[in-house]
Amino acid sequence: MCSIGIGYDLSASTFSPDGRVFQVEYAMKAVENSSTAIGIRCKDGIIFGVEMLVLSKLYEEGSNKRMLNIDRHVGMAVAGLLADVRSLAESAREEVSNFRSNYGHDIPLKHLLDRVAMYVHAYMFGCSFMLGSYDEDDGAQLYMVDPSGVSYGYWGCAIGKAKQAAKTEIEKLQMKDMACRELVREVAKIIYIVHDEVKDKAFELELSWVGEVTNGRHEFVPRDIKEEAEKYAKESLE
Amino acid sequence: MPLSAEPSWMSCEVSTGTTIMAVEFEGGVVIGSDSRVSAGQSVVNRVMNKLSRLHDNVYCALSGSAADAQAVADVVDYQLDLHSIDMGGLPLVKAAANMVKDISYKYKEEMVAHLIVAGWDKSKGGQVYGTLGGMLIRQPFAVGGSGSTYIYGYVDSAYKKNMTKDDCHKFVANALSLAMNRDGSSGGVIYMVTITEKGTEDKVILGNELPQFFDD
Repeated sequence: MCSIGIGYDLSASTFSPDGRVFQVEYAMKAVENSSTAIGIRCKDGIIFGVEMLVLSKLYEEGSNKRMLNIDRHVGMAVAGLLADVRSLAESAREEVSNFRSNYGHDIPLKHLLDRVAMYVHAYMFGCSFMLGSYDEDDGAQLYMVDPSGVSYGYWGCAIGKAKQAAKTEIEKLQMKDMACRELVREVAKIIYIVHDEVKDKAFELELSWVGEVTNGRHEFVPRDIKEEAEKYAKESLE
Repeated sequence: MPLSAEPSWMSCEVSTGTTIMAVEFEGGVVIGSDSRVSAGQSVVNRVMNKLSRLHDNVYCALSGSAADAQAVADVVDYQLDLHSIDMGGLPLVKAAANMVKDISYKYKEEMVAHLIVAGWDKSKGGQVYGTLGGMLIRQPFAVGGSGSTYIYGYVDSAYKKNMTKDDCHKFVANALSLAMNRDGSSGGVIYMVTITEKGTEDKVILGNELPQFFDD
């Protein structure tokens, strides 16, 4: 039972003879063990949906949220080692705060993304995350960063154990023509579709959004809208 | 009585006595200044351009101590160079003004300088910011320097909302001319820069072309 990269996998600064950095690949495995998170960009905002697996009935509902605010106008949805995520979010928040102090305005998402991706590359983190924001000047933007430090802009993106299945579902959507209110239901439906009833029993759906509907602030989707979205999702599965 | 007395202007601080001004209009700003630099009672430069480029779309007008004001403008010019490349585009006027404000506030006890920052950006169009004493405040127009005290009444009465670019040119030329006539530390020619989406236009109004008012 040899591990794949034996000899070349002890350090993130070691390349294997076939040009792979095994530590980065192992970090990505940590992300794949986490439950699914998806992010979709529509014409007037971004919606995040997270499949929160409930490992014990004794857990308080709503603890260990996997959507965080990096700034009022920037939301982050994550998959991977939660402790790493918290540390990374803290650094990102400091970055945002310093920018505002130096330049007097909200940090543009692309710039924040570059800074956080460089940080992820410099230090190893066992998580992937999506950043989303909406403002009048640049509209809706959605980016994803993986443990290698590479980032891409997306219309729709999925991370975690069911990311392939989620991506297939996302590709069916015409998100460029949809508004946040419609898209919320579709995001809920995708999480319900990709959730594995057999392997992982109970789960909670978490939804958050940032867009014209929230005046550019990243917030959790209000309870009534979330309940309506979940109802639609459950009905679609029947 | 000392045997060789140094003239007082050799030991006086070099000041851009000055009158400076900036006005917003739909689509841009006009920023203007006089051109006199004095050391005590001596005019050491009668044609200095006190409008300093912070970036392609942001200029500042210098007043107070010539050295202090130039030092601030130079630092912010450098910082904006890096910032704009980092951000991949023209900086926001507010960002430039914020940087000027930070330095002005941090060193307010050691320095005597007031910079008016004005420019155009895609987000909010033409903007004028006053940074006197280390504050940051956006204004439709701003005046500064020793000569500005003589023209507060004029600018308050002559300013109208929604002026055109040409109206603003006349407004600035008239105001600076009046101040230059009354303030001993202001004079020379008028330098004006107009900043819009298309870029910048420079203008110089020479002494004999200045608007004339009551001046017996």
